[in-house]
Amino acid sequence: MAGPRKGTTGSGRKWLGPERERLHQGTHSCSPAWPVIPSLRDGCVPRLCRYRPCKYLFCVSGDFVKVYSTATEECVHVLQGHRNLVTGIQLNPHNHLQLYSCSFDGTIKLWDYLDGILIKTFTVGQKLHALYTHALAEDSVFVTIKKEKPDVFQLVSVRLPRSPRQDAEAEEPCLVLDYISPSPKCVAFGSQGEYVAAVRDFYLSVYFFKKKATSRFTLSSSGNRKHAKNNFTCVVCHPKEDCIATGHKDGKIRLWRGFDDEKKYTYTCLHWHHDLVMDLAFSATGGSLLSGGRESVLVEWRDAAEKTKEFLPRLGATIEHISVSPAGDLLCTSHSDNKITIIHRNLEASAVIQGLVRDSSILTGLMIDPRTKALVLNGKPGHLQFYSLQSDKQLYNLDIVQQEYINDYGLVQIELTKAAFGCFGAWLATVEQRQEKEGELELQMKLWTYNKKTQGFVLNTKVSMPHEDRITALCFCNAEKSESPTLVTASRDGRFKVWVLADDSDIYREAVGWTCDFVGSYHKYQATNCCFSEDGSLLAVSFEETVTIWESETWELRCTFCQRAGHVRHLCFGRLTCSKYLLGATENGTLCCWNLLSCALEWSTKLNITVMEPDPRSENVAAVSRSSGGSDLFVFKPSEPRPLYVQRNICSEEVRWGVFVPRDVPDAFTSEALQWLNRSQFYFLTASQSLLTFSSKSPEEKLTPTSKQLLAEESLPTTPFYFILGRHRQQRGEQADGASENELVQLPLTENVPAISELLHTPAHVLPSAAFLCSMFVNSLLLATEARSAEEMPDDVDMEEEKASDSSEEEGDVPEKVQHADHTDVGEDLRQQLSQLSKCEEKELRKLRRVDYSWVTAP
Amino acid sequence: MGEFKVHRVRFFNYVPSGIRCVAYNNQSNRLAVSRTDGTVEIYNLSANYFQEKFFPGHESRATEALCWAKGQRLFSAGLNGEIIEYDLQALNIKYSMDAFGGPIWSMAASPSDSQLLVGCEDGSVKLFQINPDKIQFERNFDLQKSRILSLSWNPSGTHIAAGSIDYISVFDVKSGSAIHKMLVDRQYMGVSKRKCIIWGVAFLSDGTVISVDSAGKVQFWDSATGTLVKTHLVANADVQSIAVSDQEDSFVVGTAEGTVFHFQLVSVTSNSSEKQWVRTKPFQHHTHDVRTVAHSPTALISGGTDTHLVIRPLMEKVEVKNYDAALRKITFPHRRLISCSKKRQLLLFQFSHHLDLWRLGSTVATGKHGDTLPLSKDADHLLHLKTKVSKMPAFLRSAVQILFSEDSTKLFVASNQGSLHIIRLLEGSFKHLHTFQAQSGTVESMCLLAVSPDGNWLAASGTSAGVHVYNVKRLKLHCTVPAYNFPVTALAIAPKTNNLVIAHSDQQIFEYSIPDKQYTEWSRTIQKQGFHYLWLQRDTPITHISFHPKRPMHILLHDAYMFCIIDKSLPLPNDKTLLYNPLPPTNESDVIRRRTAHAFKISKRYKPLLFMDLLDERTLVAVERPLDDIIAQLPPPIKKKKFGT
Repeated sequence: MAGPRKGTTGSGRKWLGPERERLHQGTHSCSPAWPVIPSLRDGCVPRLCRYRPCKYLFCVSGDFVKVYSTATEECVHVLQGHRNLVTGIQLNPHNHLQLYSCSFDGTIKLWDYLDGILIKTFTVGQKLHALYTHALAEDSVFVTIKKEKPDVFQLVSVRLPRSPRQDAEAEEPCLVLDYISPSPKCVAFGSQGEYVAAVRDFYLSVYFFKKKATSRFTLSSSGNRKHAKNNFTCVVCHPKEDCIATGHKDGKIRLWRGFDDEKKYTYTCLHWHHDLVMDLAFSATGGSLLSGGRESVLVEWRDAAEKTKEFLPRLGATIEHISVSPAGDLLCTSHSDNKITIIHRNLEASAVIQGLVRDSSILTGLMIDPRTKALVLNGKPGHLQFYSLQSDKQLYNLDIVQQEYINDYGLVQIELTKAAFGCFGAWLATVEQRQEKEGELELQMKLWTYNKKTQGFVLNTKVSMPHEDRITALCFCNAEKSESPTLVTASRDGRFKVWVLADDSDIYREAVGWTCDFVGSYHKYQATNCCFSEDGSLLAVSFEETVTIWESETWELRCTFCQRAGHVRHLCFGRLTCSKYLLGATENGTLCCWNLLSCALEWSTKLNITVMEPDPRSENVAAVSRSSGGSDLFVFKPSEPRPLYVQRNICSEEVRWGVFVPRDVPDAFTSEALQWLNRSQFYFLTASQSLLTFSSKSPEEKLTPTSKQLLAEESLPTTPFYFILGRHRQQRGEQADGASENELVQLPLTENVPAISELLHTPAHVLPSAAFLCSMFVNSLLLATEARSAEEMPDDVDMEEEKASDSSEEEGDVPEKVQHADHTDVGEDLRQQLSQLSKCEEKELRKLRRVDYSWVTAP
Repeated sequence: MGEFKVHRVRFFNYVPSGIRCVAYNNQSNRLAVSRTDGTVEIYNLSANYFQEKFFPGHESRATEALCWAKGQRLFSAGLNGEIIEYDLQALNIKYSMDAFGGPIWSMAASPSDSQLLVGCEDGSVKLFQINPDKIQFERNFDLQKSRILSLSWNPSGTHIAAGSIDYISVFDVKSGSAIHKMLVDRQYMGVSKRKCIIWGVAFLSDGTVISVDSAGKVQFWDSATGTLVKTHLVANADVQSIAVSDQEDSFVVGTAEGTVFHFQLVSVTSNSSEKQWVRTKPFQHHTHDVRTVAHSPTALISGGTDTHLVIRPLMEKVEVKNYDAALRKITFPHRRLISCSKKRQLLLFQFSHHLDLWRLGSTVATGKHGDTLPLSKDADHLLHLKTKVSKMPAFLRSAVQILFSEDSTKLFVASNQGSLHIIRLLEGSFKHLHTFQAQSGTVESMCLLAVSPDGNWLAASGTSAGVHVYNVKRLKLHCTVPAYNFPVTALAIAPKTNNLVIAHSDQQIFEYSIPDKQYTEWSRTIQKQGFHYLWLQRDTPITHISFHPKRPMHILLHDAYMFCIIDKSLPLPNDKTLLYNPLPPTNESDVIRRRTAHAFKISKRYKPLLFMDLLDERTLVAVERPLDDIIAQLPPPIKKKKFGT
């Protein structure tokens, strides 16, 4: 599809492509395929803010390190530069304004986290699994690396050279401890740096740096049932005393003392957790020990005594990490549901940083709340989560099941299986089910109404056992002119039911409630799917292999379609100009399109469709099919059998759900192939619960501008000049922010206005000499001309997109794009060339629209 | 082994009394244990934890305190207000002396061993001087408001700490006045309990006083200033006992929940001299209150209401990891409580304050190996004897052990003066025949007697000296079996051969020919070859030896957990052979059976086994006392919430 452009050599790189954006993965690792769950550390900035000692919280999120403000819970910076998962972060013990991070890409990076600047990169060359620092180890840091043999990990000390250059080779690592666990929680350094403790399986090894000797303490691991779960899970060292705390798989915590003598060592047991201890932390003074696990309860053991423990219960999900701020006034826990809780020292949760919950299986699919434009899907067990895609924040959780969740293995829980919004967000229908044994199905349908006063959903009607068997589909009639809300449920019991809102008033109050209006069936086949046409006049219900069309006014069966190609899995009506078409995807891999006017099959094709989603703003339908190589995306109009756009191998795993999210401001994609993305954005969720989307911008570009501008402009007075300059900066910022700040400093020739603010906001000690910066500074003050020639413009766009494509290549997407070029549709290419000329004009028009004249109105 | 019909007796309704006090004597490595019924037992920890001495109790003599003084002297004090000294040679009470302070709750011997301190109900602390023959009241300390429940001397002997109700007093020994009164917090986990009882105090040489109380606290006090230093809350119930090691680097407390906690003094960091007390390991070996604990150099000893005496060795103090490093749980006395009339099929059960006589049931049914036969006639409870015969001659009043001859014409009585009396029994009366006086110089009582079936020989053994064999016909000492390091646990003389079989507490067995006055050939062989290592590791002593009337090569013996027939004709096992072979299945070929056969045929089917004997050549009687039955008779333990229930 990439038309021949100026200066284009490679086919894949210049292609203006829907780069696969890894949507913000939440606050920490999202994908279970990542072997090491990154750690959280809290930063302390005592010199900057005495009155608020622990200002920043660091958290590893995929390839990035995020810096959050503990006061506002806002993400202040995203430190990016690693090319693989970040596995460890530690504050520089000699400079508390700096942070070390290590990654699978084999580098250790030193950051200035206040400004988000990469100071140095040290290359080690091997995959680094964990990072440790210690004040007494002068220039060295400790990392965990893998030996050649599988499953054997070593703790090595790496000397970081003191060179002025940005990139440096680290010196040859020096072995400290062999055969350790790769988990960062399984190694801890003693308070005075005299020893390092490591746990693995059933033993604890303590290496004394002075003696250069290792003591090893083994717990019995025999077949004895009592000791079968003695495995160590984590270790921490007391900040003041010679005491090591270890967590175990059976929920015990052992406090080891006197371990410098292999004979006289002794330990104390603390036991509250009934499942494994996930993480431990000592308070800053060592007065208490904190532990957490699957119970989602933070336990504080005061004086390390069994009887004097305090609890912070109901934290929502398994505690994965516990971190204590160096000043000791704050704690934070990270949870398996992608959440960080900041807790005061008196065990009061003060703030929650919640990302997309990915703890449970997604049964409801992806939906968009028409009111908040939030993505709605299963969240915590029994809850619906409303997740804002724009701010990467969970807006709120709606408790659907309204029962205390008991976390126990093997317990059959009530599952929230279906949900649908109706009447532009005024109604929400949910279905929950619980099936312990065959034939013992508990089913409940709830209808929620949006209460404007409380700005939330309120339960209106509860229908228990709406059907005899599982409900397979749920849909509202969303036609604008429909007089009363209508809901249709289809079930495996062979029936579909139509529910309407009816008057439910009695002498006490006026109320409305939902009642069943019509029950339909077709030859006792199981109803598999249902769907309303856009205007609400027709209802399509699929019964196994047959699709039936009903008139919604009278509930009369109009016609049936049967293709004998397996059960219908997906069903949807075409929209707008294509509303005369009905699409159905079957289990045997056939996609059929019926014409409702002629009641005949318009076209059909072989495609094993897993997800089929219509775009609410256009005629387009997106379908994801599963093939051997991965999942392929097809975008087509029902009226045309040829797809508008094909992207092979959008991801290697199965795509479970997809959704179109309408854009607030339509985007302008120049390429025709991407015009389907203009009005809405397509998000999809994979089997490993990664939420992905198509974008031409890198996510941080999307997420950070607001916060960054706040930071940069807070000191600028609002003068007319500011409006000119500020506007200008905003505009340019879109282009520039993609490149990280360090590049600006490193390559000052890039003429960019944000460079001024960078210059002003970067600490003087990390800046190059003033003479060096002078030309850049002067250049940056020059206003760039708005009136660039139209011919230049496409080039600029290309540049921008190249950058974006580069950044996404860092995520390892290269093969996809190359592949894509191969699959480009020839016909579309032709069409594109034909429309070239008109597009130039269009572009200019669009540019005019983009130019902001609002400054004219400014005072 | 042969097939037997076994009477499996479970109606011996024996419940040991709960342990009230234990006192460890470092000098002799002995442990004195007193029970709630006033019984005092002495265990020899060097002799495989054998209970070598035993002082029967009395209802009126409930002991509350027990202590060793002047090396080997043992004192006890109880709620009857008396201080008792025991004669460990003659196995009787040397004297008892009233302290005139009401019931005595606590007692402590001074570090110099010259003084004895008792704490009484009326709040008085009385100091006694220990003289060689008796103790003598010296003076009273300042009278306190309520009973003194615990006492501890400062190792220098200058101060004492006395635990009372709600407070601890520190006395100056010289002046006898209280110099500090340390009030103990009544609060218990936020709830105010009515009173806080100081169950135990320990005074360390650095002036620290450790107290344990009914609120579940272990507290450290500075006796110089009278201030609280640190509190460890260890239990939801009372902490009832404390014992400190001699080095003062570790101590142990026992709680009413049955848990024993170990505290150790560990250095805070490896290169600083600062040390702190840390609670280390909990031990849950008891189900009921741990009323008392002791701390030997290598082990923690605890006892309580659940009647077990638990000796838990400290692994870090044990040099070699041999069988001594294993946990010991002593429940049953190391002596026979049951005697059996073979001809009449009667069983006599000895309880602490009465006797029961039962007739065994019988059956007419026959069955295969392993079958349970139905009883045609149930066992009868014939007699319950509680009264004592008052008309007895003075010399018979303090018998340690009595024994009838096989033909029931003679009665042998071992008195507590070390002498043996022979009495001829007539119809309705008796006649004193002879007294074997104790060997020159010793007054050690004989605690085990055995008579030969033909009535000619009488073997008697004390706790330390060897076994003496007397000729009953000629009424003189026949010979003395050479003394052995370990005490004798069982004695028997074989019929016909008149071989004396002796079992010692280290599981060694000797066979001594009385006519030849020397060890038999078999005994020499087994001594030369040595016993199987598993045999030597058994931790309960052999309490009974008997013989098969028809098979002279067989020796039958048992301890609490096994029954064994030694067939002297078979080869002895060595360390490579399997000692505990189950009965070989009958379908196995004889060759294999013969190859694996060795002299020790062991059955572990009946346990805990209190008594086992042959009634006739085809019938055995086994008296078992299942632990569950004992627990069922104990008061219910403190209810603890168990997770998941």
